[in-house]
Amino acid sequence: MESKNKNNHSILRIEGLKKYFPIRRGFLQKIHGWVKAVDGVSFEIEQGKTMGLVGESGCGKTTVARLILKLLESDAGKIIFQGHDIRRFSEKEMKPYRKEIQIIFQDPFGSLNPRMTIGQSIEEGIRILGNKHATNRKERLETLLSMVGMSSDSSDRYPHEFSGGQRQRIGIARALSVEPSLIVCDEPVSALDVSIQAQIINLLKDLQDQLGLSYLFISHDLNVVGYLCNTISVMYKGHIMEFASSEDIFNHPHHPYTISLLSAIPDPDPDIKWHVKPSNGHIGDSDVVPEGCKYQDRCTIAETACLKDKMVFEKVRENHFVRCWKAAKNHGSSPD
Amino acid sequence: MTHDRPLLCVENLKVYFQSNGARAHAVDGISFEVREKETVCIVGESGCGKTVSALSILGLIPTPPGEIVDGQIIFSGQNLINLDEKAMQKIRGNHISMVFQEPLTSLNPVFTIGDQIGEAVRTHQQIDTEALFQYCVQLLNDVGIPSPKQRINDYPHQLSGGQRQRVMIAMALACDPDLIIADEPTTALDVTVQAQILALLRSIQKKRSMSVLYISHDLGVVSAIADRIYVMYAGIMVEQGNTDQIFRSARHPYTQGLLASLPSPSKRGKRLHSIPGTVPNPAYKPKGCPFHPRCRQKILSCQQEYPGMCDYGEGHLARCPVLFKPKGYPG
Ligand SMILES: Nc1ncnc2c1ncn2[C@@H]1O[C@H](COP(=O)(O)OP(=O)(O)OP(=O)(O)O)[C@@H](O)[C@H]1O
Ligand SMILES: Nc1ncnc2c1ncn2[C@@H]1O[C@H](COP(=O)(O)OP(=O)(O)O)[C@@H](O)[C@H]1O
Ligand code: SF4
Ligand code: SF4
Ligand SMILES: [Mg+2]
Ligand SMILES: [Mg+2]
Repeated sequence: MESKNKNNHSILRIEGLKKYFPIRRGFLQKIHGWVKAVDGVSFEIEQGKTMGLVGESGCGKTTVARLILKLLESDAGKIIFQGHDIRRFSEKEMKPYRKEIQIIFQDPFGSLNPRMTIGQSIEEGIRILGNKHATNRKERLETLLSMVGMSSDSSDRYPHEFSGGQRQRIGIARALSVEPSLIVCDEPVSALDVSIQAQIINLLKDLQDQLGLSYLFISHDLNVVGYLCNTISVMYKGHIMEFASSEDIFNHPHHPYTISLLSAIPDPDPDIKWHVKPSNGHIGDSDVVPEGCKYQDRCTIAETACLKDKMVFEKVRENHFVRCWKAAKNHGSSPD
Repeated sequence: MTHDRPLLCVENLKVYFQSNGARAHAVDGISFEVREKETVCIVGESGCGKTVSALSILGLIPTPPGEIVDGQIIFSGQNLINLDEKAMQKIRGNHISMVFQEPLTSLNPVFTIGDQIGEAVRTHQQIDTEALFQYCVQLLNDVGIPSPKQRINDYPHQLSGGQRQRVMIAMALACDPDLIIADEPTTALDVTVQAQILALLRSIQKKRSMSVLYISHDLGVVSAIADRIYVMYAGIMVEQGNTDQIFRSARHPYTQGLLASLPSPSKRGKRLHSIPGTVPNPAYKPKGCPFHPRCRQKILSCQQEYPGMCDYGEGHLARCPVLFKPKGYPG
């Protein structure tokens, strides 16, 4: 976004990040077009804070995560981590940063080696840190396990012996083992039951308070994001449509897409009436991306101008940005 | 709103599964009813027995390993337990339909959606090809599929997740049922699509005056659509009541705990309440109140005595005698 040099405190700043996947067809696998999975994404995460990234399935959230971790090579943009643009860093240049950014997934089972005990999986990370903990590796392992609320006797057991919530704790312990400063959490509580979800959310919060961690928290659950995150980026078809503090997103949403997302949350508070009109607008998940605003085919207030012009990410208030000319026009003129 | 006559009445249903040695008490003596034109929700965490309860009603429990060991399922005055397969098929084709969680796995990938809806229609009525086509188009239109005349020739993979779920609902409607059982029909969908499907179910139910048994783990969804709610835990019903009773004055520690665990923007900065521990394995359920290992209000007797239902009046019941008789219990 256009916010300048107030980044002393930002741990990660993404600018104009892009990733297009080729669509191949036919016998020769000729390239027919591109899935613009991430199409110029910008945001910033402050040191010790949590930014939520929300949006519907397929909008590009996980791709953003993989680009930041450099599990996937990006096509354009900047990934400024602790002041350095790491986007084009070589494997060797990346070395000191690799351990700084860790990820936890929706299903930690997939990321744990089924043939390794929990202790072995976590110790791998401790070893990467080199001699720092070499003498008291066992002790460090116990500390890590207790930090995530597991007893030390679990270290000799295998992943399949644990429940979903426990496996998520183990995934967190493993991420922590290399002492990262930023953890990307990709839907970490989506597969968990409500009562377990609350345990993990509390754990993430405690660890942040203790260790000063920063989180990029990816989720499609706005209630979770609104509870946990300081700021929120709302993503749609590869674009960030709105960025603001959690309070502003919930209390003063500007973008029509954000507004429709918020109105779709069924709220368990019986005092809040939940009305959703059965819109006959097709919620298509076609990969064909229109010219102009990517939200135009679902937007109820679209005009001709929306069909052509490229939308820019405009500031509407302090620390509040919107990619919609109408929303920006209605609110942007006022000085903050 | 009055929904007086019971359409479905399940009493003391027990469904057990035999799996390598241990016997899993998946559903362990539940009772509930669905009245005419009513939306009833069963809410509970994964593994508590929701799907097994639903499958029992339709006679779809795999036997072995499963077995209905006790109870009654009375539908329109007829006991569905021990009904032969032919009679059961008639119930499924004409009176009760089910919508499952994953529409991609319950639709057949090699047939068009028109073929599949047509098949569902033909199992319950004789109809010529032209009329069948018109009826299928009508059904697709009712569930909000755009340009149904063209879409009827699509294969499941050509539709989005939300559209596939709409097709499943169209199929469920094909036989003009008295009762639709929907087992987590929106869990795999985005919130915006979920909102549309819920609104769709609601409007169809009004139009056709059907009853809906809606199964979910999502309290938000449940509060949005339920007339009455049953809260299930470890194979038993722990609380029941209307939406207000459950969401405003829950009486069971588990229900209270679930509600307090829900994150929301309004709880920012406050620590989330969490229920300690995990759901018990149904093969090794604790004695007494199955919630006692996780309950902060338990007393000694909770580990021994199976708790009875306590009546708070006006249909609000909770299975926790400890909170019901604060003084002197258990004497
Ligand atoms: N390796 C790949 N090759 C081709 N297309 C891809 C690849 N990875 C992702 N995509 C496409 O990029 C888009 C974004 O995918 P992504 O996994 O980032 O979505 P997401 O927001 O994480 O969704 P979900 O909420 O379902 O996890 C989708 O259209 C997806 O099909
Ligand atoms: N076919 C089966 N064989 C063995 N156990 C089963 C079978 N189906 C369900 N169960 C067990 O019954 C319990 C309840 O399952 P289910 O009704 O599917 O829960 P949910 O509430 O998540 O729908 C679970 O412990 C499950 O493992
Ligand atoms: S730019 Fe136009 S189409 Fe896009 S969100 Fe704004 S009003 Fe709607
Ligand atoms: S009966 Fe006892 S253990 Fe069960 S919910 Fe009530 S207080 Fe808790
Ligand atoms: Mg993803
Ligand atoms: Mg289920």
